[in-house]
Parts: sequence; structure tokens; C-alpha cells
Amino acid sequence: MSDTFFFAVEVAINGLMAGVMYALVALGFVLIFKASGVFNYAQGVMALFAALTLVGIQSGQIPFAHVINATFGTHLSSFGWNVPSLLAILLTMGVMVLFAILVERLVLKHLVNQEPIILFMATIGLAFFLEGLGDLMWGSEIKKLDVGLPQGISGTIENVTHEWFGYGFFIDRLDIIAAMVATVLVIALTAYSRYTKQGRALRAVADDHQAALSVGISLRFIWVLVWSIAGFVALVAGIMWGTKSGVQFSLSLIALKALPVLMLGGFTSIPGAIVGGLIIGVGEKLFEFFVGPMVGGATENWFAYVLALVFLVFRPQGLFGEKIIERV
Amino acid sequence: MSSLTHKEEVPEGGYRTPDGRIIGGVLMDLKDITLRFGGVTAISNISFDIRQGEIRAIIGPNGAGKSSMLNVISGFYVPQEGEIWFRGRKRPPLKPYQVARQGVARTFQNIALFKGMTTLDNIMTGRVTRMKSNMLEQAIWWGRAEREEVENREVVERIIDFLEIQAIRKTPVGRLPYGLQKRVELGRALAAEPDLLLLDEPMAGMNVEEKEDMSRFILDVNDEFGTTIALIEHDMGVVMDLSDRVVVMDYGRKIGDGTPDEVRNDQAVIDAYLGVVHE
Repeated sequence: MSDTFFFAVEVAINGLMAGVMYALVALGFVLIFKASGVFNYAQGVMALFAALTLVGIQSGQIPFAHVINATFGTHLSSFGWNVPSLLAILLTMGVMVLFAILVERLVLKHLVNQEPIILFMATIGLAFFLEGLGDLMWGSEIKKLDVGLPQGISGTIENVTHEWFGYGFFIDRLDIIAAMVATVLVIALTAYSRYTKQGRALRAVADDHQAALSVGISLRFIWVLVWSIAGFVALVAGIMWGTKSGVQFSLSLIALKALPVLMLGGFTSIPGAIVGGLIIGVGEKLFEFFVGPMVGGATENWFAYVLALVFLVFRPQGLFGEKIIERV
Repeated sequence: MSSLTHKEEVPEGGYRTPDGRIIGGVLMDLKDITLRFGGVTAISNISFDIRQGEIRAIIGPNGAGKSSMLNVISGFYVPQEGEIWFRGRKRPPLKPYQVARQGVARTFQNIALFKGMTTLDNIMTGRVTRMKSNMLEQAIWWGRAEREEVENREVVERIIDFLEIQAIRKTPVGRLPYGLQKRVELGRALAAEPDLLLLDEPMAGMNVEEKEDMSRFILDVNDEFGTTIALIEHDMGVVMDLSDRVVVMDYGRKIGDGTPDEVRNDQAVIDAYLGVVHE
């Protein structure tokens, strides 16, 4: 078969891998939206913040070093130690749980029974706050994140595919890891929400607050739990994206790519987030490959949004979302 | 759940019903409850008690404050004045989920089920207060968590058998007809094995057949599990057949309290229901 065909397949596979990364971010949105009906604008910034914190802890950076130095004229920068990756990840998770508790205490608790739009605006505020906090705590320079994940083109795959098809596929090992991590994450989250007490409580809260209270479920606890899980997903996404392209402000902008993913997959469906991510990933790569040259390229920037727009017109609930039926 | 039905002696504070059942001492005592919303007084200075093992009805015309009373008992409203004594102890102001954990389960007038979840899952949520394993055990599905899930499934299956809803175990409840939804909601409340079961208009909007079914289930629950039941109804006929004692409310005040026969012949109650000419 021709090289063009194999190249197209390679593009598609790489698209799938990119799609997995989109799906990881989208997953965080879906979790919070399902459980509390809040569209959490801060999800992308949470991923950035998690990645920043992880790098900071790992390299023994002193938090707020810039602020302290500027105020007291000191020259602090580092504790001078390195924390092992796994421990650093656990500590970062601790920070994300703390963040979840604070969000519930300081924001959500006071906005009970408010319109969704009010809560949405609160999360926009949260996004700006967290972005600033991340900068203050850890500095704004681009950082390299390395938790020991394999990176670079996989030589094995290239050789094997070369033997089989006479065409060596270029696939990044990090993308393969990301795909595996996302798969495990989705299976684990689905099982958790389906077969455990808290999972059931989570779905119950998403469905009806009053009824949930009446069977003895504490709403506040569930909200902390949901935001912690979203923090965990943000951490995973932060690690993957951070390893791939460095920890920097633009990391928070990948959240924007999650929007078309959600419109495709539906805001309330975990499988939807995955499938939506994959479709967008493959779609934009193949579109760039086939149509891009005809229109002068750079289609990847807008393809996802146009696709989402088409979906909004013809299937507003997305592929897997719950159909919105308004009773009159 | 212990049944007091077949004990011979009448305990202190208890009494014997006409059909020979024995009612125990005071389970919940409400003293001088007053509830206001801004300037509106929904409940004004009401006292009554609920005894172990009885079926206690709260009746009254629309807007009498019956639902408010139930919401006070289940912790959804906190009264401005008055005391609630439960199992011999004064209850501090609690959140609804804390009241639920103390052993008070309820249903709602307008059905508050988890519509997207199956009948089985809905009733399983009723077991939340009965599951002791912690988050970590749940997350890794280890030892106690798994054993608990199995044990609780057995309890839930018994309730499903009891309420004769085997056929709809896996159906999302949003798709069920009204009468069955009411039954599932009763099942969820029962799953908590409550000491006190509160039913808010369990027969509202039902046809005659459904009402008869529901009446039978309420009597069976009380008889088989010995569960104390407090229910609200404005259909007088149904209430009189079901309940041991009746509280009658009108305009937020208590205007009658006693056995169905006593209440039926009370002039104040008759006036409230039939209206009276004010001169």
C-alpha cells in the first residue's frame, strides 16, 4: 500500500492520542457538572496549578519565594532538596484536596440554591484567583516537568511496523502512556460511581438535593469529594500536558479545547468526554492532513469549534448527553 | 427492628389498640413548636407525641401546616420555638441528613426520587446511613466494603420482594408510573430501617386501587417491622381506617388530638372540615 495511506493512518493514530489528552481535561468538567450542575471554568487552571505545585514540591522550591524576597529583601529560592516523584505527586494531591475543602467552605457553601449562572461566574473568579495564586507561589517562568514518564518516539513500534508494513510509524511513548492512564482512570471512575457507597451518594446528589439529604447524605461532604476528584483528574491532566509541553500559563488554555469536546460528547457523560475527545483529536488531525493544504493550513485552530457549532445546531445535548425535555 | 405487637403487658405511657395491638412509650415528643416564615406563622404552639409502634396521622385542610410539621420533624425546617425530644433525649437543631442518621426516614409529597437511577439503586441509597466502611475501603473495594455491599443488597432485595416491585428492579424510576414511584420512595425510606417513618401524603394523586395497595403496605410495614409511622393525609376516610391516633391541624394550630372516633365526633374538627358560619 502507498505511503500516503500509512501516513494518513499515522496521522489518525496521533490524533487519537491527542484526543486522549483533550478527554482528560474534559473528564474533570464532566465530573463536577454531573455532581453539582456547575460548569467549572477553573478546571483548566486547576490542571495548571496542580502541575505548578508538583514541579515546585519536586524541586524543593520555597512557595511564595518572590513575595517573601520582595518584602523582606531576602534571597530565598529553594529548600535545597529534591522530593521523589511519587511522594511529590501524593503531596500535590493533598494540596488539591485542601483546595477542594477551601472551595466548599469559602465559595460553594455561600451559594447554595443559587442559579447555575451565578455558580459559573464564581468558578470564573476562582480561575483568575488560582492563576494568580499559582504565579505568586511558584513563579511564572516556564518549567520542565519530569516524573519519570517515558518520552520520545518509540523505536520498537517504529521497527515493528516497518517490518510489517514497510512503513515505520512515529508514535510518542508519552502519548501511549497517556492513553493507558486515561483508560484506567475512566474505568476506575465509572466503577467507583457505580459500585460504591460514595459513588451512589454522588449520583444521588446530582439527581435531587432534597432526596439526598433525606436519606442521610451530607451535601457538603459530597461537594468536597467531587472537587477532590476533579482536582485529581486535573493533576493527571497537568502531569501529562506538563510533561509534553512544559508547565506554563498556556496549559490553562487547553481547557478551551475541552469545550468543543464536551459539546460533542455531552456535558453529563463520562464515556462522552472520551469519545468526544477522540473524535476531535482524530478529526482535527485528518482535516489538517486532507483539507489543510487546500485552505492554507492552520485548520487545527478552528476545526474543533466549527464541529462543535454544527453539533449545537443539530444535536445540542451531544452524542451521549441526556436529552433535554422541557415539560410545558 | 423489634416488634412490640405481641408483648402481653402494656408498657408505661403505652396503650392497647381496639384490634389488640400494644403501643409502647413515647418515641418522639414535640413540645410547643412554633415555626414562622418572616411574618407568617406556619405552626403555632403545637404539642403532641408519637408513641413506639403506632401509626400517627396528622390531618387538616390545605395550608394547615401539616407539611411544615413534617419538615420540622425531619430537620428541613428549624422551629423558632419549642423542643423536640427523640428517644427520651432533647434533640439539638440538626441538619436533615443528621436527622436521617438518627433513624428518621421520610417520603415527600411530590416524590423526590433519583430519577436517573434504577429502582434498585434508589433503594440502595437508603442504606447509606447503614454502611460503615470508610472512603479508602470503598475506593479500593476491599474487605469490609465488599461484604457490606453484599449484605445491604440482601436487605434491599427483601424490601423489593416485600413491596412487590421485583419486575421494575432495573428500570430507571423516571420512567415508572406515579403509583410505582411512590412505592419505590417508600422502599428507599424503609431501607434505612428507620425507628420513625414519616410519610408526606403517601396517597396523594392515586386512584382507588393504588390507594388500597398503599394502605396495605403501610399497615404491613407497621405490623411486620414494628416501625412507628407518622403520616400526613387530607383524605379523611383513608386516615381513619389506618391510624391509631390523629392530630388535627387548622391554620397552624392544633384543633384536635385523639383516636379516629374521638376526632370524627369533635365539633371543632367538623367545623374545620365542613366550614362554619361565622356570626
